[in-house]
Order: sequence, then structure tokens, then C-alpha cells
Amino acid sequence: MMNDTRAFWQQTFAIIWKDLRCELRARQVWVSMAMFAVLVLVVFNFAFDLRVDNVAAVGPGALWIAFVFASMLGLGRTMAAEQEHGSLDRLLLCPVDRKALYLAKLLGNLIFIGVVEVIAVPVFAAIYSLPILTGMIVPIVLLGTLGVAAVGTLFSAVAANTRAREVLLPLLVFPLIVPVVIGAVKASQALVSPVPNDPPWIGLLIAFDVIFLSISAITFPYVIEE
Amino acid sequence: MNAQLVSPLSFETPHTQATPMSVAVTRAGKLYDLRPALRDISLTIPVGARVAMLGPNGAGKTTLLRILATLAKPSTGRVEIEGLDVVTEANDVRRVVGYVGHQPHLYDELTARENLLFFARMYGLRDGAQRAGKLLERVGLRAKANQRVRTLSRGQTQRLALARGILHEPRLLLLDEPDTGLDDDANALLAELIRERADSLTTIFTTHNLERGLALSDTTLVLVGGRVAHMGPARDLTVDAVRAWYTRAGRRAL
Repeated sequence: MMNDTRAFWQQTFAIIWKDLRCELRARQVWVSMAMFAVLVLVVFNFAFDLRVDNVAAVGPGALWIAFVFASMLGLGRTMAAEQEHGSLDRLLLCPVDRKALYLAKLLGNLIFIGVVEVIAVPVFAAIYSLPILTGMIVPIVLLGTLGVAAVGTLFSAVAANTRAREVLLPLLVFPLIVPVVIGAVKASQALVSPVPNDPPWIGLLIAFDVIFLSISAITFPYVIEE
Repeated sequence: MNAQLVSPLSFETPHTQATPMSVAVTRAGKLYDLRPALRDISLTIPVGARVAMLGPNGAGKTTLLRILATLAKPSTGRVEIEGLDVVTEANDVRRVVGYVGHQPHLYDELTARENLLFFARMYGLRDGAQRAGKLLERVGLRAKANQRVRTLSRGQTQRLALARGILHEPRLLLLDEPDTGLDDDANALLAELIRERADSLTTIFTTHNLERGLALSDTTLVLVGGRVAHMGPARDLTVDAVRAWYTRAGRRAL
């Protein structure tokens, strides 16, 4: 047996490795998420009468709606796939720190959503003709996604035990992530069309990420156990 | 475990008092939505016992197994495994307990070997690869080691689940209808694996196959309506006697 910290990280990375390997072989979620994100961006581009003077105001909102909608597809599968196979119980039978399980699922979700974002951001930049491909987009997307994934991972465990999990997950998650989405949209807008004396949106994102991460990590073990 | 601590309705397996206890259940109950699944159960099981847990559907067999496996918490009473409380020392209990359910609960997209290696990491085993190789050989899946689980037959998957259940060399093995989906050869293998470890391994299993249950066990535990109806040496019990309990329980339920 090894010491607790080493075991924690070994178990965390083992779960991430298992989830990634299963997804790379099954290709159930990644492709759907990416296709969905790109479709939302295209539909929004047609739905709004975008001109040079309003595209900077509308575009970042469309980008984050695409991210959030696509994220729900992946987040819903996080625990549901384990629950459907009964493998969640089998995982819970192992002497695994429940926080390691949360962290693994969170990091796995970040990787899934991150890949979708790597595809969607250049598509967005091309369709909406906005200069969003700068270095600053990386921390904005990372912090915004972290907030969404932190709450989404927790509630995917809550929803996994219910029959209507596909419906329940967005109903639980959307109201809670509003501050993160607002912060991410405003920070993205500031990137393409800077406004003097803009509030520190990145600071707001960091604050909400810390709050969401802390509460989710503490709550997850109680949610996952009987 | 001190026999005086348990309730007057306590049951002990037919071993001497000096034998160390693997499982001690003291006045344990379990409610699901205010409906009792287990009622005030007290029993002790010594190290090395092979216990067949029998009972009609809804008797509380799976509930008791889930409590012993730390997947459920008793609503009342205390449950200990090797002196460890299943609620407050759950992670320590998990290290000494192995579990094989009637569903394999393996990852379809991983190969047989990858499944074992993953669980070896979950248990923090340093020699996981070596153990996985040996067990794949032992359960007759060496040739299928690099095949994905979804390509294996039901019987092969159940053998793999059995290998996963004993991968970390548990001292208490819980088997919930493990014979479901197993052919005769695999059932013989299961019996062999249990007997090979008879000195150190305590086994508790549920089954609806009464003949097999009585043959494989040295102790029988019959649950009816969430209560212990009988606990004693397997040789003292016949299939007809167990069926009579089932029939009486069925009549009461009507």
C-alpha cells in the first residue's frame, strides 16, 4: 500500500485514463458535443441579423451558449455512463477517496469540453469575423469552463440516480452557472471590443470558480454515497 | 466479538468461540423509504466460514450484502468486519472486502487486462500487472486478455468479474448470485477458487440454486422478511426445509 497523497493522485489519473480510453474507443460523446457546438454557432449566425456594429455584442454570447449547451451533453454522460453499467457501485466499492473521484470526473470533463472548445473557437472566429484568437481567450475559456464543469460534475452525480436525468441536469445547472456565464461572456466581449473602466470580469470568474469548486468538492462525497 | 453483546435473537456460526470473527452484526436494521428491508439482525461469522445466504425475493439478502460491502449504511445497529465499522471506517473495510455481483459491472470498452489493471490501481496494488496476468490465466481468459469486454461472452465476462473480485486478495468475499450466467465449468471454477482460499477467506454468497448453495457452504443463513429465520451448519439443512421457509414466507406475504 502507498501513502495517501500518492494513492489519491494515482487513483485520480487512473479514472481519467479509463474515461478517456473508453470515450476514444466508443466515440459517443466527443463527436456529438463538437457537432452540436458548431451547429449552435451556425444557427445563431443565421438567426441574428449580424452586422459589423452589433456582432461584437452578440457574438460572445452565442459562443458561450454553444459551449454551455455542448457541455451539458458531455456532463450528462459523466456519471450516467457509470450508473447505466452499474460500474459506479463497483467504483464505490474500491477504497477510493470520493474527492479523487470528483476531481477525476471534473478533469475528464474539462478535457472533453476543452477539445470541443479548441474546435469551436476557430469556427466562431471564422463565422463571426471577430478577433478572438488571442492569448487572452485561453484563461477566459479555461475559467468559464471550469465553473461550468465544477457545478455540472456535481449535479451529473445527482441526476444520474434519476430517470429524467437528461432533463434534470440542465434544470439544476443552468440557474447556478449564470454568474459564470455572464462573467465569461463579458470578458470575451471585452476581448473583441474593449470598454474603458470595465469591471474585472476575470476576477469575478476566479471568485466563482473557487466558490463552486469548494462547495462541489465538499458536497460530492455525500451525493455519491447512499 | 462477545456473544453477550448481541441481542437474544442473535445467531452464531457453528465454530468455537475462540475463532476470530470476520463479520459481527449487532441489531442492524435498514429502512428504505420507511419500509424495513432488514429488521434487528444480529449474527457473527468466523474467519474462514463459507456462508450461503438463502431466502425468497425481498428477504433482505442483497441489502445485507450491500451493507457489508459498504454500499449501504445500516439505519440502526452496528456492522463490523474484522473489527472495523462499515460506516465510520468504510475505506479500511473496502480494502479487505471483495464483491462479485450477478451483473459483471466491467467497462465494455476496456480489454479484460485493462479492466483488471484499472481496478489494481484503484486498490493501490504495486504488482497489479503480475496479479492480473496470473488471474487471467487462472480463470481461463489468458487468450482473451487483450480483447475488449464487450466482445466476450456472458460466461467469460462473469469469470473476469470473479477475477476482479479477488484481485486485491480480500479476506471477506461477498458474492451476490455469482452463478447467474455461469456455465457448469465456471461454477466449478468458482467453487475451486473459494476452496483454495478456505483458510483465510470468509465467503458469503446468495443464490437461488439451493442445491449448489448447500453444497458449497459450511453454514447457511436463511433470511425471511428481513429477519434471520435460521443460521446453522449446512449439513443440518435440506433443500426441502429451505423451500418450506420460502413457502411460509410466500403465504405470509399474500
